[in-house]
Amino acid sequence: MVPLQLVAVLFVGLGAPAVVLSRDLVKQAIAVAIYGFALVVLFLVYQAPDVALSALVVGSIALPLVLVSAIARVAAQGKRKGTS
Amino acid sequence: MSRPVRLGMFLVGALGLGALLVAGLVGLPRFGDYPGPYGDLIAQLAVPQRHMVNTVTAVVFDYRGFDTMGEELLLFAAASSTALLLRETREHDTEDLVAAVRSDAVRAAGGLGAIVTLVVGLDVVAHGFITPGGGFQGGVLLAATFVFLFISTEYRAFARLAPATYAEPVESLGAGGYAVVGLAALVYGLAFLENFIGLGVPGRLSAGGSAILVNWCAGLAVCGGFLVIFGETLQENMAERYGRSTR
Repeated sequence: MVPLQLVAVLFVGLGAPAVVLSRDLVKQAIAVAIYGFALVVLFLVYQAPDVALSALVVGSIALPLVLVSAIARVAAQGKRKGTS
Repeated sequence: MSRPVRLGMFLVGALGLGALLVAGLVGLPRFGDYPGPYGDLIAQLAVPQRHMVNTVTAVVFDYRGFDTMGEELLLFAAASSTALLLRETREHDTEDLVAAVRSDAVRAAGGLGAIVTLVVGLDVVAHGFITPGGGFQGGVLLAATFVFLFISTEYRAFARLAPATYAEPVESLGAGGYAVVGLAALVYGLAFLENFIGLGVPGRLSAGGSAILVNWCAGLAVCGGFLVIFGETLQENMAERYGRSTR
């Protein structure tokens, strides 16, 4: 394993627990986006650019977007219930 | 359940999982080991047979094009069911909703993002058979363009440019077009999804034959599908936060 691969694996290894251990949902969504980006770097370092590109668009764009949107929806509902 | 009992159960479970994981990791093949002949064969045959330089996309849209059609229809089903579920329960409308972005910095960054994702998205779809990329990745980038538009302008601009009335036909056109290109091969007396156009020059945009059409169809389907999913959840949010109640 070359040093670059070791660093990429290390970042993924640190990122996954960071996502699981986040308690605040918004922070968790951001953490999952950063973790997704760490995976992209891993795939790129392991010479799989096609997979890296797929991981980039899904892990860093599509997934956080849907997550944040869903979290905002739940938060808005809670706010409305709280005031009325 | 008391704390010691729960802790005991966790330890049994964690140890069991750990043992299985270690056993599995020990049995893994050596790093970089590749036993199968499939990848090696494709790597040698893709350029002479299909004139596609990027073998990964050659597999996705040509050699295994039928599997990809299934994947694409899967996204279509997911988007359709999202729309079906969310529209059924909506209680507020967003007809004359005003939620403009006031920060200049956000407007500028969002506008720049929209331009970049549009250009890069089109580039990624078009060059799928030459460089890494293709319809799937490019399609998501194209959908992201409209998301940046929402971030940089206001909800109404997004709702006018990428509402269900456009996103759904685009998605259907892509998903259906994929199957139509596959069926068109039958007219020429070929197998489903077999190439019926000239193969083109390897390394040029013309390389790939009818897989080029399939690639663009996938791009449209993915772009439309993500826009439907995002548009529905966004409208849901906007309606809940700012919309008037219709009930």
